Amino acid sequence: MKAASGILVAALVLWPGILPAADAPPGATSCSGCHATNAAAETPVPKIHGRNADETVALMAQFRSGSKPGTIMGRVAKGFTEDETRAIAAWLASQR
Amino acid sequence: MHPTRRKFLLAGAASAAAVALPLPAFAQSAPRVVVVGGGFAGATVARALKKLAPKIQVTLVESSATFTACPFSNGVIGGLRELSAQQFGYDKVRADGVTVAIQTATRVDPQARTVGLADGATLNYDRLVLAPGIDIRWDALPGYNEAAAEKMPHAWRAGAQTALLRRQLESMEDGGLMVMSAPANPFRCPPGPYERASLIGYYFKTKKPKSKLLVLDSKDAFSKQRLFQNAWKELYPNHIEWVSLSSGGKVTSVDPATNTLTTDFGKHEAKVANVIPPQKAGRIAEIAGVTNQTGWCPIDPVTFESRQVPGIHVVGDATIAGGMPKSAFTANSQAKVCAEAIVKLLAGQTPQQPKLINTCYSLVAPDYGIEVAGVYHPVNGVITEIPGSGGTTALDAPKDVRTTEAAYAEAWFRTITSEVFG
Ligand SMILES: Cc1cc2nc3c(=O)[nH]c(=O)nc-3n(C[C@H](O)[C@H](O)[C@H](O)COP(=O)(O)OP(=O)(O)OC[C@H]3O[C@@H](n4cnc5c(N)ncnc54)[C@H](O)[C@@H]3O)c2cc1C
Ligand code: HEC
Repeated sequence: MKAASGILVAALVLWPGILPAADAPPGATSCSGCHATNAAAETPVPKIHGRNADETVALMAQFRSGSKPGTIMGRVAKGFTEDETRAIAAWLASQR
Repeated sequence: MHPTRRKFLLAGAASAAAVALPLPAFAQSAPRVVVVGGGFAGATVARALKKLAPKIQVTLVESSATFTACPFSNGVIGGLRELSAQQFGYDKVRADGVTVAIQTATRVDPQARTVGLADGATLNYDRLVLAPGIDIRWDALPGYNEAAAEKMPHAWRAGAQTALLRRQLESMEDGGLMVMSAPANPFRCPPGPYERASLIGYYFKTKKPKSKLLVLDSKDAFSKQRLFQNAWKELYPNHIEWVSLSSGGKVTSVDPATNTLTTDFGKHEAKVANVIPPQKAGRIAEIAGVTNQTGWCPIDPVTFESRQVPGIHVVGDATIAGGMPKSAFTANSQAKVCAEAIVKLLAGQTPQQPKLINTCYSLVAPDYGIEVAGVYHPVNGVITEIPGSGGTTALDAPKDVRTTEAAYAEAWFRTITSEVFG
């Protein structure tokens, strides 16, 4: 009885009020593993947060096609479709 | 009955009666999430939860007031950096509103939804996240136990072990033989043993040129193998020898009294021995019942909720994560996905299908970096690398790419640690 009620409670108590205004699209939160959001991190990797979304989409397309050279971004960009990239770029543009 | 628990049961009963109202007026006003383990995975989950939903009461339980990071600890062993550069505190995590308890979690009651701490305290949770990293399998390699590790360090959890291995290397006379044993898959940081071998090769070449490292491996293949082996041939032809499983590389026992590692084919007496032993999920995962017969934790790849115990999520090295290697990058990427899923679940919504990224940079010399990257998503319940994406740095990349990637590797460490701890 004790066990069953524990599970029952957990399944029923909800907090819809905690939801953030917008979701990050799939993959978007992983970019900051290399592209720092913390200004204190010293890095030669370009800043992509807060940047114009069309610009990000265009750069990602160039990485994907190979027309823009890079060490690693080609292999990262190929993991995302154009639609996914567009969503990520829009979200990144809204971030600091 | 404990007062908070009573309140909780009442809340549940009330909402069961009024199905249309998911949040009864007198329910716990904010959900509670407890995170065990303040490493790359756990500290990230805790902070991401606060950022996404500041109302959630987040408690991070971590054994040590100072975290010592493994990435780049091979540089410490090779004498390229100091251990202090690996160490981070939790002030910024606290500043984000996370309650940090410097304590070891020793018990989990998934029915009562409580976590017990070593000091006797009990924490209630609505969702629990276990991010305990790895433990050594002390029963897996005959002769290797906690006492043996003081003589033949593993240095696979950074800290005193890292410093010990470095001291042993420093005090070894030139001309000595060092022997490393590398485990079978899966284990923390698949390229880690080979980065370590490289930087020890660098140390020998520059400081003790008559010395040699013998790597005895329980595998026939390893991460970024051709990149590493090409670099060894070019940079350390006299300093590193790798013995594969099929050439008799599997270490079957060790003897700390004589510093000897034994394979089916012979005995190797080492001046310095580095035993990287088989591993398993951190012990609290086993206590909580979220490990399976492999010693690791099966999870749902969308929410990182345990496949075995509802209400408990597992992230980082402790998980069985399909194609994703056990790395700090993976741990951080998974943690952010898990935090988003937890917020959705607490709000009664369905989490979205995630995409995840991993990258493992390795230094083969201070100015020579290589990496492997991957983008992943769940396919039929398994985290799977997206075909056509990912892969390693080109085998024939020119020298300037190696130099650039060495700089990016160091930048990656500053970036990830500033996100997790800064
Ligand atoms: C030599 C080496 C080199 C590496 N290099 C890289 C690299 O270049 N790039 C990379 O991405 N990865 C690298 N890694 C891998 C990386 O260190 C791990 O994948 C990463 O630390 C996993 O994060 P985690 O949060 O799962 O575990 P950890 O970072 O180990 O954190 C687990 C935390 O949980 C705490 N804990 C455990 N149990 C309890 C408990 N019961 N109560 C309270 N606290 C508890 C521990 O104290 C610890 O702080 C390397 C690893 C090694 C060994
Ligand atoms: C493993 C590290 C890593 C990850 C993860 C990563 N990047 Fe990059 N990114 C780089 C590096 C390094 C460069 C510089 C080009 C190169 O060498 O590939 C770069 C360059 C870029 C650029 C070009 C910026 C410019 O001004 O030239 C864009 C845009 C970009 N990345 C977007 C992204 C997005 C979006 C993601 C997440 C989906 C992402 N990156 C994930 C490392 C990374």
